[in-house]
Amino acid sequence: MSAGPIAAPGTTSTATSTATSTAVADAAGTSLPVLGRIDVEAGREAIVAHIRDGARLIRRRDIAMIHSAGLGHVGGEFSVIDVLATLYLHVLDISADRLDDPERDRLILSKGHAAGALYATLAAAGLLDPAALDTFMQPLSKLNGHPDRKKVPGVEANTGPLGHGLPIAVGTALAGKLDGSRRRTFVVLGDGELQEGSNWEALMAGAHHRLEHLTAIVDRNRLQQGARVAETNDLESLAEKTRAFGWHTLEVDGHDHGALLDVLTRTPVAGKPTFVIAHTVKGHPVSFMSDNVAWHHKVPDADQVAAALAELETP
Amino acid sequence: MSTGTTDQVLHDCRDAYAATLIELAQADPRVVAVVNDSVGSSKLGEFRNRFPDRLINVGIAEQDMVGVAAGLANGGKIPFVSAASCFLTARALEQIKVDAAYSNHNLKLCGMSPGMAYGELGPTHHSIEDLAWLRAIPNLTVIVPSDPDETAQAIRWAASHPGPVFVRVSRMGVPEVNPTGYRFEAGRAALLRDGTDVTIIANGTVVAPALDAAHDLADLGIQARVLSMPTVKPLDVDAVVAAARETGAIVTVEEALTTGGLGGAVAETVVQHHPVPVRFVGVPDVFAPTGSARWLLEHFRISPGGIVDAARLALGR
Ligand SMILES: Cc1ncc(C[n+]2csc(CCOP(=O)(O)OP(=O)(O)O)c2C)c(N)n1
Ligand SMILES: [Mg+2]
Repeated sequence: MSAGPIAAPGTTSTATSTATSTAVADAAGTSLPVLGRIDVEAGREAIVAHIRDGARLIRRRDIAMIHSAGLGHVGGEFSVIDVLATLYLHVLDISADRLDDPERDRLILSKGHAAGALYATLAAAGLLDPAALDTFMQPLSKLNGHPDRKKVPGVEANTGPLGHGLPIAVGTALAGKLDGSRRRTFVVLGDGELQEGSNWEALMAGAHHRLEHLTAIVDRNRLQQGARVAETNDLESLAEKTRAFGWHTLEVDGHDHGALLDVLTRTPVAGKPTFVIAHTVKGHPVSFMSDNVAWHHKVPDADQVAAALAELETP
Repeated sequence: MSTGTTDQVLHDCRDAYAATLIELAQADPRVVAVVNDSVGSSKLGEFRNRFPDRLINVGIAEQDMVGVAAGLANGGKIPFVSAASCFLTARALEQIKVDAAYSNHNLKLCGMSPGMAYGELGPTHHSIEDLAWLRAIPNLTVIVPSDPDETAQAIRWAASHPGPVFVRVSRMGVPEVNPTGYRFEAGRAALLRDGTDVTIIANGTVVAPALDAAHDLADLGIQARVLSMPTVKPLDVDAVVAAARETGAIVTVEEALTTGGLGGAVAETVVQHHPVPVRFVGVPDVFAPTGSARWLLEHFRISPGGIVDAARLALGR
């Protein structure tokens, strides 16, 4: 990580860029406060509440960003935001002043098309200036449609082509093992993404090297770009497959913050990497987007943004 | 500044591609499509409705996709692999080299939305290296059509040609640039405008700005010849050498890296047969910044203005 910070994290973002984005963002009240990472001392109840509200605010900011940019992958962003919020708002041992600390925990977003969700989450966690979110996909912005580690401190890998994150995560975890470190590596994958063979090569390598500080999380929303995963090239039985590949596999409701917290803070099983199947709903929790493949990369119009925000009014 | 070519109705060449594939599939039961979760991005929804069994979706697995296509060809089918050009060419490059070209399987590789069509999705989704990579592979024909009619003709030709072919199919709006009655011939350039001072050689989405540039150059008293070069490999050597000999300077224009693709092919030919000044318009040796496709074309000066400047540099005036 050679790039310097984009700007000092501020306190509150108010959309200030283009006329249209300002109109939508302000009218809808989608400004994103910096929530920061909550410490373990706060206690489980407070931690879960912090993550839950963070995820709601991140979704609100994300949908406004997608609307302003006229591009984005709202379905797969909304399905993974609870996982990202759980990681960045509590689980990961990182902070704005330690983004290039070799001992930091690492999160690799392999499903890079959910970049908007990553950027909004980084901002909520205090790792990225919320004002930068207004530039999402604008000319010369650091916030490309897929994340770039050279431009955004906190981004660990340049992803976008599916099937790159897990091998990189294996290498990252292996480096930690060689260092004798307990630092953790997480990688977030799409379920359609698991059709790429590189993942299965990396699953073998992760087990072979007994990478117990490595956790792969699959956003199991059962949809890919154009159809259901099961109708395209079925993954089942994913749990049995990954166990057979030597991983410690767990299943969790990927929208239940308490359950995610428990699974992601568990002590690793000695000698085995962990594979978490997070059962999610693409487009969650927006009624007209949920489990609807059309919302893979459809861009919501102003009315749809308003309707979605109304559903994201209260926790 | 412009002639009007770019003021016309703009077309998405994927529409012509998809319609032609349906026409071919109706006529020949061996024609099948192979995709990587790319039915929508290849506009093959209607193909799937008509021929559900002949649309093979391997999922998000490009190496598998090209391998499966080679097997289908081995089994007597004529597979049209249809996927975003960036993933098709980058991820499955060894399958393209070995399973398609070296093995001489009769399969067609259709790279959707190449160049910088995916603008703000970034360098991972840009396919500007594809021409350089694929041109380096023996026994592979590489075609970059410029408009819907040429796309349809190139796809029909590919179906009739017994061997591996790569065709770039763009989503970027393009006007019709070829004259009525134009006949695409693989390996042949098309003369779109004659001139004596300099030759502009272009293909794909940037033939239209090349024509606009020729118009603007005429205003400056520079008569530019415009050659459309849909086939990057095998190159029309005769047309390039004639251009060098007759006009004395060349500018190449492509929605791709300036090295290794059309510009590289033209330069290699010119230096061997009739050295003259050559200038390249395209993407330089960098990863593009964030920006839309149109913004990036302007940013890299793959535009009438950029082509005019390149021609003047080539001519030294
Ligand atoms: C190698 C590669 N092939 C194809 C694509 C195009 N693509 C982008 S997202 C996507 C679907 C991903 O599905 P999934 O992994 O299930 O993600 P999610 O449902 O979480 O959005 C596809 C095919 C890509 N980004 N990379
Ligand atoms: Mg999915």
